[in-house]
Amino acid sequence: MTRKRRRLWVLLACGVGLGSATALSLSAFRSNLVFFVAPSDVAASPPPPGRSLRLGGLVEAGSVQKSVMGGQPATRFRVTDGRASVAVSYVGILPDLFREGQGVVTLGTLRPDGSFRASEVLAKHDETYMPKDVADALKRSGLWRPSEGAPPPAASWNTLAVPKQGG
Amino acid sequence: MVRRVDARPTIAPPRTLSRAGRGLHRFANPGRFLRLSGALLPWIAAPGLALTAAGLVWGLFFAPADWQQGDAVRIMYVHVPAAWLASAGYLALAGCSAASLVWRHPLADLAAAEISPVGAGFTAMCLITGSLWGKPMWGAWWVWDARLTSVLVLFFLYLGHIALVRAFDEPERGYRAGAILALVGVVNLPIIKFSVDWWNTLHQPDSITLFGAPTMSLVMLWPLLLSALGYTLVFAALVLARTRAAVMERRIRALLTARARHLEILG
Repeated sequence: MTRKRRRLWVLLACGVGLGSATALSLSAFRSNLVFFVAPSDVAASPPPPGRSLRLGGLVEAGSVQKSVMGGQPATRFRVTDGRASVAVSYVGILPDLFREGQGVVTLGTLRPDGSFRASEVLAKHDETYMPKDVADALKRSGLWRPSEGAPPPAASWNTLAVPKQGG
Repeated sequence: MVRRVDARPTIAPPRTLSRAGRGLHRFANPGRFLRLSGALLPWIAAPGLALTAAGLVWGLFFAPADWQQGDAVRIMYVHVPAAWLASAGYLALAGCSAASLVWRHPLADLAAAEISPVGAGFTAMCLITGSLWGKPMWGAWWVWDARLTSVLVLFFLYLGHIALVRAFDEPERGYRAGAILALVGVVNLPIIKFSVDWWNTLHQPDSITLFGAPTMSLVMLWPLLLSALGYTLVFAALVLARTRAAVMERRIRALLTARARHLEILG
């Protein structure tokens, strides 16, 4: 029995050691593990121009301008995190989820004038899952405008059952 | 693949044991395990298949489409339970590994070796369905963010465990090495769980939390929970059936060895 007890203690000690080693190294590499940086991070510590980075945030309401450049769709929009925003330009096809108020992650470089030229745009989906009629009901009642950000607290709508609309 | 099985018959538990030790060894008796699991198996497998089918049919055909994802949201009913079971299965693997290292529990060795292929299957399903959802929604099949990368590491841990426990001529050494690998890999579980909270990731945070309202409409939540319950029972049934087969295989091997030795003596 003592050998079993000893093995148990050795195992627990190894677990504590390994766990704290992992926690320490994760917190040391914290800033390198992020997938994207926010506009306010860019404003606080601007990266050297020409270095490629991922910029993430919400597409600012009313900022999207579409045009055509050399036969390809071109888009200009601003990415914001509420405290700062960065102008982004992108030439290419946008993902289906792209809209004003949607989270996006763009890969590209910062230009000397502070704007961002993106070579890739990914849409970020949030944790909200809502049937179309619930979303329509919230929009109709003025409780939520998708172009301005996240929906109201889930508890206010996740039990909402909307009667079927004709047609 | 040829499964290497310990040729020696299972060792009976020693007579002098503490109460806790005796309680555990009651289930280490392979005969009792076979009887008990044989009676239990149909009662786990049948409801598991029925609930999974009900949850998936409900989710794939009757639940409403999402307001912006459209019908692509239905992948969630396959993807999310697979992801939960991938992590939960690893926790079970770690539990068996601890029992194997500390108490030298022979059934825990067999169960651990049988959990990892099932867990790897669920993890692969999670990664593939996630990728199929990611292309139309995010615009990318794969990104190296913290959540996706840590689940890929989980998949490799499962594959490593599968290979390691079968890599030795002497099965006991394989079980020991596999158990150590599985326990070291446990640090990955909190990383998977909290990756979406600790770091900026492309993957969305959890919609269902222990505290707080789910940020998912209840008409979508019910089929998801039903399907998750079904997946759990199917996972348990698969592991139980595989472990039963492993116990029987070990017995047959022991009988054949004893017979061969007997004939050798006679000849």
